[in-house]
Amino acid sequence: MTFEVGSGLSIAVILTTVIVVAAMLIWVERRLLGFWQDRLGPNRVGYFGLLQVVADMIKIFTKEDWIPPFADKFSFVLAPAIIMSVILLSFSVVPFAPGVGVVDSNIGVLFVLAMASLGAYSVMLAGLSSDNKYALLGALRAAAQMVSYEVFMGISILGVVALSGSFNLREIVLAQTDGWYIIPQFIGFVIFLIAGVAESHRLPFDIPEAEQEICAGYHTEYSGMKFGMFFVGEYLGLVLISSLITVLFFGGWLGPSFLPPIIWFVLKASAFIAFFILMRAALPRPRYDQLMTYGWLFLLPVSLVNLLVTGVIILSTQ
Amino acid sequence: MIMLFYIAAAVAVISTVAVILQTNIVHALIYLILSLLAVAVVFYVLGAPFAAVLEAIVYAGAIMVLFLFVIMMLNMGQQSLDQERSWMGPRVWIVPSILAAVLLAQLLTVMSQYNYELSPTKVDVMEVSALLFGPYVLAVELASILLLAGLVAAYHLAKK
Repeated sequence: MTFEVGSGLSIAVILTTVIVVAAMLIWVERRLLGFWQDRLGPNRVGYFGLLQVVADMIKIFTKEDWIPPFADKFSFVLAPAIIMSVILLSFSVVPFAPGVGVVDSNIGVLFVLAMASLGAYSVMLAGLSSDNKYALLGALRAAAQMVSYEVFMGISILGVVALSGSFNLREIVLAQTDGWYIIPQFIGFVIFLIAGVAESHRLPFDIPEAEQEICAGYHTEYSGMKFGMFFVGEYLGLVLISSLITVLFFGGWLGPSFLPPIIWFVLKASAFIAFFILMRAALPRPRYDQLMTYGWLFLLPVSLVNLLVTGVIILSTQ
Repeated sequence: MIMLFYIAAAVAVISTVAVILQTNIVHALIYLILSLLAVAVVFYVLGAPFAAVLEAIVYAGAIMVLFLFVIMMLNMGQQSLDQERSWMGPRVWIVPSILAAVLLAQLLTVMSQYNYELSPTKVDVMEVSALLFGPYVLAVELASILLLAGLVAAYHLAKK
């Protein structure tokens, strides 16, 4: 079997790598948070605490997997499966390096957006089926937050799409050979970054699961591996957003030739993962209404103006 | 490819029937989402990737989310489930089934007179956009005015 775009081998390798990386991030995040907050973090099990991930996995797999008797079983079981599937499916269009990827789709960008919008069901169904007031509150917040920030996310990418003239993520990378889109699309990048944090509902935008206010929000009733899927799904989302920022604004695998392309991709994506963890360590959580007001009254106009200006510049230079 | 079309079409039909038969409203909604996604696959197989992904984003991803959002607010409990079940008696099915059977028979008669050849031609994003902003630009602008009116109305209602 050869290693090319879409071969069985490359699909298997990418799937395993992505899931292992997401699981490892649980440890990486705790260590980095410890570092930034001037404490140690988990450093007991194995070298630097590396085996902590294994310990966590054993714990999560052997925990009692409990379905509350008052819950709606069908949606309760379906919800964690949705988040894992849609995020893993989104990875299928991400071009990691020349010849490394699952599919070269002409609608790659739109496919990612479609999967992101389906991801909202996971959180909503989890909250609704739990039949728990905290879970319902979390789900309501999540629904409004994810549907709103999806809009800004979509509009912020359109500048990149207009510049490269393609929805194909691989062609978007190739179009950045002369210069990364971070320079002409800086505003788009910032909006995409903010919307990305809101979509993967991580701190500071983890309002759907804000544990100080509403227990654990939508996954209050979840335990065992079902909770584990939400947990790993969050880290998968983090890897996905970092990969997308790399591909859309930082030239993907492009870089000086002393390192192979895949290493460049990994380096750039890791830098963004670290940045997201730093945000968690540094920023407080906004209030729910502040988040919505900020989105609709600030991000929406700015992203529309950004798109308009980009369009005018493209038309005038052609 | 043609096999994919039939599978997706079968999923769409079965899940749509399940939407009607389901008494639990959340389950019915999940089947409706499944049906829309199956239709998106049908579009894709027929060579319209842009229409397919828009179907997934707009219908399955946005409009159905709003449906679910409303259901969350309504607090449907066991009571509404029992009410739905009581409405679902066998006698309810008689007249709609007869009417639907008549329509189906008509449809089959009309369709059997044609000989369709399924040869999908791929319509890419560029071609769809060129059509939307070329001959159909008036329709696009009218739709945007309609949406803007809706936006203003929603803003006004929410402000009260």
